[in-house]
Amino acid sequence: MLAFVRSSAEGEGFVPPSTKDFELPPIFGDNPYTTKPIFLVLLSVVLISVFFIAASRRAAVVPSKLQFAGESVYAFVRNDLAKDVIGHEFLRFVPYLFTLFTFILVNNWFGIIPLLQFPTMSHVGFAYVLAAFTFFVFHYVGIRKHGVFKYIKDIMFMPGVPKAAYILITPLEILTFFLVRPLTLSLRLFANMFAGHLLLLVFILGGEHLAQGALGLKLVSPFAFGIGIVLTFFEFMVQCLQAYIFTLLTALYIAGALADEH
Amino acid sequence: MNKFYFAAEGETLNPLIPHTSEIIVGAVAFTLLFLVLRSKVVPMFEKAFTARTEAIQGGMERAEKAQLEAQRALSQYNEQLSKAREEAQTLREEARVQGVSIVEELRAKAQEEAARITSAAHASIEAERQQAITSLRNEVGALAVELASKIVGESLDDQARQSRIVDRFLDDLEKSK
Repeated sequence: MLAFVRSSAEGEGFVPPSTKDFELPPIFGDNPYTTKPIFLVLLSVVLISVFFIAASRRAAVVPSKLQFAGESVYAFVRNDLAKDVIGHEFLRFVPYLFTLFTFILVNNWFGIIPLLQFPTMSHVGFAYVLAAFTFFVFHYVGIRKHGVFKYIKDIMFMPGVPKAAYILITPLEILTFFLVRPLTLSLRLFANMFAGHLLLLVFILGGEHLAQGALGLKLVSPFAFGIGIVLTFFEFMVQCLQAYIFTLLTALYIAGALADEH
Repeated sequence: MNKFYFAAEGETLNPLIPHTSEIIVGAVAFTLLFLVLRSKVVPMFEKAFTARTEAIQGGMERAEKAQLEAQRALSQYNEQLSKAREEAQTLREEARVQGVSIVEELRAKAQEEAARITSAAHASIEAERQQAITSLRNEVGALAVELASKIVGESLDDQARQSRIVDRFLDDLEKSK
C-alpha cells in the first residue's frame, strides 16, 4: 500500500522513509477510529480469540493438532513465564500474562504478514496502554498483598540498606517503580517495532526505487530486496522476543510486588 | 535515534505522542481479549492439564498396582514351586525308604523260603533216611535172619522173636562199633 504512495513521488528521486510513513490517514473520512492500526488491533483480538477458542473448545487429555498448537503457546506462558517467575501464586496471573503475550505477539507479527504489513505497536499509544495495564496490575497486587503503607514504605526505604544510602536510593527507587518501569516497557516495545518497520521500508522501498533506475542501479536492487527478506526474518525474531520480554518483565514486576521485600 | 528528529522537521507528529483513539481502542481491545481468554480459553486448557495430570497419575497408580499384583503372583508361584519340590523330595525319600523295606522284606521272605525249603529238604532227607534205615533194618534183619536161620537152622518164624533177635543183634552190632 505504501508502495503506491511512494511511486507517485518517483520523479524527484528517492525519499527515505520517515515517521511520515507511520501516519496512516483514516480510511473512512476523518474518523480517527478507522485507521489501519485500529483495525489491526481489532483484527488481532478476533484472530486470537477465534484461534484459542477453537483450540481449547474441546480440550482433551489427548490433544488434537489444533489443541496442541494452542496449548503449546498457553503452556509456554503458563509454565515458563508465570510459574517459573512468580512461583506458587502464579495461576491467577496466567490469564493476564497470556493475553499480554498473545496480543503483543500477533500485533507484532502484523508487521511482516503480507498485505497487513504494519506492526501495530509502532504506534506508541498501544504500547502505553499495555504498560499502563502492567503498571496498575503490579502495584495493585503489591498493595493487596502488603497494604498501601507497607508497600510504599518498602519501595521508598528498601530494607537492609544503611540509613545514609536512602538519600540516594529512595529517589531512585521511586523513579524506578513509578516512572522508569512503565516507560521502558512501552518505549522498548514501541521503538523496536518502529525501528524494525523503518528498516524494512528502507530496504524494500529502496530496492523498488533502484529497480526503476538506470541499469547499474537495477542490478543492485535484488541485493536490497535480499537484505529486506533477511531482515524480515530478523524482524520475526525481534517481534517474538519483544512479546516475550514484555511478558517476562510484567511477570517479574508482579513477582517483585508479591515478594516480602522488594 | 534519527527518526525522532524527523518529527521535529515540521508537519509530522512526534511518534512519542499517542493518539487518543488508539489509547481508547487499545485499552478496550485488550480488555476484551483478556475477558475472552480468561473465561473461555484458560479454564479449558487448565481443565485439560488437570485431566492429563490425573490420567498420568492414575496410569502410574494402575501400573504400580499391576506390578504389585504380578509380584504377589510371582512369590505365590515360587512358594508353590518350592512346596512342590519339597513334596517331590519327600515322595522320593518315602519311595526310597519303601523300596529299601520292600527289598528287605523280599530278602527276608526269600531267606525264610530258602530256610523252609532247606528244612523241608532236611526233613525229607531225614525221613528218607529213616525210611531207608527202617527198610534197611527190615531187609538187613530179614537177610540176617535168613542168614542166621540158615546158619543156625533155627526157624525164626515167630515175628516177635524175630524182631527181638534182630534188635539184640543190631544193638550188639552198634555196641561193638
